[in-house]
Amino acid sequence: MTVREKLRQKISAGFYWHGLLCASYPVPIILFTAVCILTCCYPLLKLPLPGTGPVEFTTGVRDYMVPPQEPSGDPGERPDWYRGPPVAYIQQVLVKAAVSPWDNRLVPVDAFRSPLGRVFSLLDEIRNHVHSDSSGVRSLEALCLQVTDLLPGLRRMQALLPEHGCLLVSPGNYWQNQRELFDSDPDLLRTVQQYEPKGLHTSATLKDLLFGVHGKQTGVSLNSRNRVVTYTITMALRHYDVRFLGSLRSRLKQLHPSANCSLREEHMVHVHFKEEIGVAELIPLVTTYIILFAYIYFSTRKIDMVKSKWGLALAAVVTVLSSLLMSVGLCTLFGLTPTLNGGEIFPYLVVVIGLENVLVLTKSVVSTPVDLEVKLRIAQGLSNESWSIMKNMATELCIILIGYFTLVPAIQEFCLFAVVGLVSDFFLQMLFFTTVLSIDIRRMELADLNRRLPAEAGMPPAKPGPLRPRETPPPPRPSPHTITLQTPAFRNLRLPKRLRVVYFLARTRLAQRIIMAGTVIWIGILLYTDPAGLRTYLAAQVSEQSPLGGAGLPHLAVAPVFPGGDPTGTLNVLPQADPTPALSENLSQGGRVPPAPDPERSSAGVSSSQLRVLHCESHVLCRRYISILPVIPVTFHVTPREALETRHPQDTRHAPPLQTDPSPNALPHGAPVQTDLTLYKVAALGLAAGVLLVLLLFCLYRLLCPRNYGQNGVQHGRRRRGDLPCDDYGYSPPVSEISPLLLRGHNMDIECLASDGMLLASCCLAGQIRVWDAQTGDCLTVIPNHGLRRCSSSGGWEHRDGWDAGAVTDLETLGGAEGQDAGGAGYPVRRRAAPSRPTLFGDQPDLTALIDTSFGQQPPSQAPSASSGFDFGGLVERAYLEHEPSVSPVFSAPPPQPVQRRRSLGDQPMAPTDWDSAVWALELRGNLIAAGRSSGKLEVCLWDAVEGSLRCSNEDGVSGITALAFLNNRIVAARLNGSLDFFTVDINKPLGLLQYRGGPGRGSMPPSPCYSSDDVISCQLTRSVQCAHQKPITVLRAAAGRVVTGSQDHTVRVYRLEDSCCLFTLQGHSGGITAIYIDQTMVLASGGQDGAICLWDVLTGSRVSHVYGHRGDVTSLVCTTSCVISSGLDDLICIWDRSTGIKLYSIQQVLGCGASFGVISDSLLVTGGQGCVSFWDLNFGDLLQTVYLGASSEGQGVRQLVVLDNAAIVCDFGSELSLVYVPSVLEKLD
Amino acid sequence: PGEAVPPRQGSYNAAIADQTANLAIRGLLLFLIGVFLALVLNLLQVQRNVTLFPPDGFASIFSSAWWVPPCCGTASAVIGLLYPCIDRLLGEPHKFKREWSSVMRCVAVFVGINHASAKVDFANNVQLSLTLAALSIGLWWTFDRSCSGLGLGFAIAFLATLTTQLLVYNGLFQYTSPDFLYVRSWLPCIFFAGVITMGSIGRQLAMYEYKVVQEKTHQD
Repeated sequence: MTVREKLRQKISAGFYWHGLLCASYPVPIILFTAVCILTCCYPLLKLPLPGTGPVEFTTGVRDYMVPPQEPSGDPGERPDWYRGPPVAYIQQVLVKAAVSPWDNRLVPVDAFRSPLGRVFSLLDEIRNHVHSDSSGVRSLEALCLQVTDLLPGLRRMQALLPEHGCLLVSPGNYWQNQRELFDSDPDLLRTVQQYEPKGLHTSATLKDLLFGVHGKQTGVSLNSRNRVVTYTITMALRHYDVRFLGSLRSRLKQLHPSANCSLREEHMVHVHFKEEIGVAELIPLVTTYIILFAYIYFSTRKIDMVKSKWGLALAAVVTVLSSLLMSVGLCTLFGLTPTLNGGEIFPYLVVVIGLENVLVLTKSVVSTPVDLEVKLRIAQGLSNESWSIMKNMATELCIILIGYFTLVPAIQEFCLFAVVGLVSDFFLQMLFFTTVLSIDIRRMELADLNRRLPAEAGMPPAKPGPLRPRETPPPPRPSPHTITLQTPAFRNLRLPKRLRVVYFLARTRLAQRIIMAGTVIWIGILLYTDPAGLRTYLAAQVSEQSPLGGAGLPHLAVAPVFPGGDPTGTLNVLPQADPTPALSENLSQGGRVPPAPDPERSSAGVSSSQLRVLHCESHVLCRRYISILPVIPVTFHVTPREALETRHPQDTRHAPPLQTDPSPNALPHGAPVQTDLTLYKVAALGLAAGVLLVLLLFCLYRLLCPRNYGQNGVQHGRRRRGDLPCDDYGYSPPVSEISPLLLRGHNMDIECLASDGMLLASCCLAGQIRVWDAQTGDCLTVIPNHGLRRCSSSGGWEHRDGWDAGAVTDLETLGGAEGQDAGGAGYPVRRRAAPSRPTLFGDQPDLTALIDTSFGQQPPSQAPSASSGFDFGGLVERAYLEHEPSVSPVFSAPPPQPVQRRRSLGDQPMAPTDWDSAVWALELRGNLIAAGRSSGKLEVCLWDAVEGSLRCSNEDGVSGITALAFLNNRIVAARLNGSLDFFTVDINKPLGLLQYRGGPGRGSMPPSPCYSSDDVISCQLTRSVQCAHQKPITVLRAAAGRVVTGSQDHTVRVYRLEDSCCLFTLQGHSGGITAIYIDQTMVLASGGQDGAICLWDVLTGSRVSHVYGHRGDVTSLVCTTSCVISSGLDDLICIWDRSTGIKLYSIQQVLGCGASFGVISDSLLVTGGQGCVSFWDLNFGDLLQTVYLGASSEGQGVRQLVVLDNAAIVCDFGSELSLVYVPSVLEKLD
Repeated sequence: PGEAVPPRQGSYNAAIADQTANLAIRGLLLFLIGVFLALVLNLLQVQRNVTLFPPDGFASIFSSAWWVPPCCGTASAVIGLLYPCIDRLLGEPHKFKREWSSVMRCVAVFVGINHASAKVDFANNVQLSLTLAALSIGLWWTFDRSCSGLGLGFAIAFLATLTTQLLVYNGLFQYTSPDFLYVRSWLPCIFFAGVITMGSIGRQLAMYEYKVVQEKTHQD
């Protein structure tokens, strides 16, 4: 074994144990990883945030000297940009002016007209200030920064901004610094506002620029509260002349003393402007990011076969990103400060680190056997890929090491980051991603996998052939229609609408895209309305006479896009310059003008605004800095008289005096009230918005989820009569019509249907049994009810037919939902047990059965008064009494006669006891028909090609047989009194001359289902379980050697067929059992009157799942390999996932056709409708096709539906049957 | 795919299978990619070499000669079509890392090489050339690993460099940077990496056609 092999094995084993560990303790490991990431990212907090905003540096003003050009030995706290002279020194004069005391005669305009007017005198003062001392005479003209031309972007404001001469900015610029223009301006506010941009903007405006303070704080507005006008005069100086500035300061202070001013004057702020990122630089960056995102997209797209694809993709991205952060953090921790532009190298780092390992891991893990334990799957997957992961990582490290030895500092740094990033990425993959993967795999249940597999994967083997070797069945007739199942890829599982909407959103990622589009639009609007950005957009050459700039300065590579964010940021932190109530009190009392509030912050605000002056007017600032000198505060008092004098004649046109009650007492309350009102307004607005939002959400909810989740039954809108059936999406597939084989012959409604695939036996209410060939539809035999051979001609019966017909039309709407299942016998029993439900009596076919039953169980002499013995509903009773005269002669039967056995058909009338008993249960196996009668008599008839003959009968029981099961050679009969009888059918081949009239043979007979008419058949009661149930047995099913009974006493019992031993009593229903399903695979499902469906494990007798599915009784139940189909009295067919018990979807049936459905194959469901049958794709809930069964059955609902083995469907339309050949099913698998 | 597959019903399949249409589509795509990359990378180089920077950003994209991007586009189209063609001639299609994520990674590394050559300050030209050469070879090893790719890359890089130099000698094309040798030193490496990248994209595009043809042969 080579070293390589050994190493490989070691690595594999290590990964295996690691995988086990990760999958076993997911939460602690994730927590540990999170702590690690946070710890490693902690040093990042110290890193300065990248950005292009200006940086400030403050020095003392006292011992200021121009920093040397070359960096001195000790940088100290000085930033590296602080060297050499600044571009300019900014000197600001902060003016606060107010009219005091306020007078009632004054209009709001007066509050700022006169104070603003003072700016012109102040400007003259400053311009004309001359400082003379020993070194000479200096004026502002000599010192200030000269402007020769404006930026092209500012041409619009040519009239306002100083175009030539000193850069001196003040509100006077609005009026070209001319007092006359100001005085003749009828509307100051409009003049100020006309340059303001419309719409959304966050950047500074011209108003901010000229006033030097934020627009809100200028006080130049009609509804200013404090009536203090604030503005600045800003001058940009080229040289710093202490003496000139000092004299200017003292002069201004002397002229306009500013009391209480606490502006500190000892600090000088230097502001540095970084290089801005331009479009030209952005394009490659954006390109790399686009490539990066494409890479991530294509990588994560490959993740498949997991529960949450997006979750894993997110985890992968998180892994890579946090490993990057960790690498930067670690490098910082060990003293390596990143000097590279993080944004630029980041995409390359991601690409180098890559998502490959993550994908490989996922693929490897999901390809492990599904049935393994999650732990083992993770471990196996890890160890499978361990070698390649390690190899790849070693290769990458080698490549990076080679890069490290290029000895280029930038590349070395990149490599260093990449190495640390790779290692931390490996760490995160092993701990974080693996654990997330294990959680995800665990969440993925087996059901998800099952759903993905083709439906055929779990199909039982093909059904055995026909039971008896009869004449070869005719070839299946060519079916006129074909149903094509779509390929599984194109089919969607039928999902609730809300889920479909959510899935749609998720699939198209609509929300993301909307947010993205919104952000882009927002940014676009911001850019568009950003005046600074607009102004600087053209950004032509600055032609500024700048002796400082030297040769290279005017043509610095300045990006044309103004970074919209940074001035905004500084502006937003502007202090609120509103005076407190105390201040306004001062004012109103005629006191002094309030001091400049919060001088330091105010100055910061002012300066940041002023920065923009330079920003806008000259682009020399890039990579340079300016120095802002301490502000000179100036205060003006304006008396009301002066204010009145300067008033423009048109000023009074404006709004009446703002303060109707300017009394000193009222004013202090004004402001709080105002703020309160604002608060209330905001609150009310918020409340309204909230209510609106709630309403909107509610509407959305109603729209998306119109269903009521609180109740089990899904309330579909019922289809109206004549509507085409359609599926939930409103899709109505092509409707076709075929002419079914009509099996006519019954005079009354068919109650029982039984079939073995080749033959079909039906029994009508009159007790007539007809046997049909399921292939051709020929009626082979008619077994009339004994004593009613003349049924078609009997006047009484005719009469009753008419009565029935009337009842049908009357009652069908009442209780039509009461379909009959194949057993058909449960209903009278249940009715009797629950007589308090009179509506159930409306079911017309059972009504007759009831009448028959009454005569069967009571002496015939009491027949006329039979009706009193039962608790009929009023309606029925009336109808019954109405026809009593005609009924009674028919029912006044002769006394019972001795039991006759082995009568043949040819013999004369059946025993009189028989004819008044109805057939309650019918079973067909081979060519034997077992019929259970209401009298408790069990008959086994033999069918042959010509005649139906009664081969044996058993009349041991006294209680009516409610259900029959015929399995192999055993017949199980459940009786009304709750007892269960097991019969054995013995067949003796007659020997030679022995007539079949002879005594019953005793010979043994293999339990072959094939009987010939020569056989002697005996039916013997082998065992009778007397008290199988406390209450009448309603359902009986037998399969797989088990007999399952369901009863009114809420229990289900499981018996073994061979020895009739009771294995389990299953309790779990809270109502009588109405439906049971059991098949060869020992699946047992039961449904009860409580609408519940239980799934049981037949081997252990435990309940597997329990769901409430229907409002009212469960009428029928069928299980397939993957789902359970149930129908209820609420005319719904529900399809449940068998393993999880989750309702997949439901189908609303036409009234009265609730229980008529059948399963053709594992994926094809057929339901009956109004004169039609519909085919559904069971797995996906799609309506495939609706077939109308000809004009004859128009308007009649399918009451029963039996699926035969040869894929024919028998529909029960009242008294006639329709034999429909299923359109052949083409299942395309791919 | 050599044999002509008759177009069948189903317009999509027919369009894919139709050799000439498919070829045209691929060529167009490759052309567009080449033009785009040329513009972006040219911008990088401009940033590197220009001290007098034109302020208008969008104009600077087209600052070089107008015929450079179309030439690059045409060249990339030819390369992108040539690679799968040679693969076909040699027999097997290229199988190594044939997925879009890998191609994207390759493109990113290519842009990164350009970025490095433009942004990183190297001590001397030899260092720059060696670094770029190592990176290019690394690119080939990581994403291609086929001899045909290597050979084609070398050949085309050599031809392209030669053409560029001829152009420069004849005065049709000029670098803004006065350092003539400097420019020449990185050019072959960039060309080589570009050839590998475009070849990778072309092969990936050709995969679709290959797959469709395979499916069709299966069906037939």
